[in-house]
Amino acid sequence: MARIIVITSGKGGVGKTTTSAALAMGLAQRGKRTVVIDFDVGLRNLDLIMGCERRVVYDFINVINQEANLNQALIRDKRCDHLYVLPASQTRDKDALTKEGVGRVLEELAQSYDFIVCDSPAGIEHGATMAMYYADDAIVVTNPEVSSVRDSDRMLGILSSRSRRAENSDEPVREFLLLTRYNAERVEIGEMLSVEDVQEILSLNLLGVIPESKAVLNASNSGIPVILDRESDAGQAYGDVVSRYLGEEVPHRFIHTEKKGFLSRIFRG
Amino acid sequence: MGLLDYFRSSQAKNSAGVAKERLQILVAHDRAVRGRPSYLPQLQQEILEVIRKYVDVDLDAVSVNYEQEDEREVLELNIVIPDAPHASHAP
Repeated sequence: MARIIVITSGKGGVGKTTTSAALAMGLAQRGKRTVVIDFDVGLRNLDLIMGCERRVVYDFINVINQEANLNQALIRDKRCDHLYVLPASQTRDKDALTKEGVGRVLEELAQSYDFIVCDSPAGIEHGATMAMYYADDAIVVTNPEVSSVRDSDRMLGILSSRSRRAENSDEPVREFLLLTRYNAERVEIGEMLSVEDVQEILSLNLLGVIPESKAVLNASNSGIPVILDRESDAGQAYGDVVSRYLGEEVPHRFIHTEKKGFLSRIFRG
Repeated sequence: MGLLDYFRSSQAKNSAGVAKERLQILVAHDRAVRGRPSYLPQLQQEILEVIRKYVDVDLDAVSVNYEQEDEREVLELNIVIPDAPHASHAP
């Protein structure tokens, strides 16, 4: 039986799609059969970040409406055999995502995959609530910034009251914090909320910290999930996230600035 | 960060601290509101109308407070009645 993971945040632009692409690729590289679904109907972007935008023929809505079957709509990743992408529709209305339809597709996918990664749209509207409804695990992507933290807290409230698990009084959705666009230098001089600050406010299990990194834009420019850039700080941080998600104990990195010598701290800054 | 910057920044209020303080207040408020039944504002309004039929109270004389504890929910109703009894509208 597959585990369903929703990548959510409330606020837009914090790194949900980047995270979805990286996590799905990381899981697949470790031999897990993984499918990543774009729930952002009308504004699909996951295909671009995954670099498969020219191979989209059918989409999630076609499958829900039974205009195509899953095998026709799923796009197999060219870099990793275990990874498939289910793109969102660019033209349909988001109301086409019905609870029954989404449930049926997820159930069918669950037969043949280990992990189903749901890339949620921003906001708390229909698309976002559909993306999180069937989740077993939620990764709440948050920037160390007031509006993002507040929206994450709001999203946590929705998860705990309006997910399938909450409605059926099952074991609650497992929630994880992923802090992205973290700038350790600014944290050090008191210009940015620290990972401890955010954890104190949201009281969530910390899955990882992704440093603000040029590698993320470079990766999206070329349609390569940033986790494949193993030289980069962000790529390595996502690698750690995948390990931690799979239960390995990995120390957190990129939280502190590199230690400088005492003299250079005083004179140079 | 140089020595001079160090003294400067420790004097000025640091913005991350301000952000944290604001968020703690905001999130606590959001969470308190979140669990509340949606009928509370209307309940408050109707109770006020009923009381105002009999006693001349201010528009903010009724406060409704809802708290969720581990095992129970507490609905607290607080009505402030003026000191000097006014002429009652009641028959």
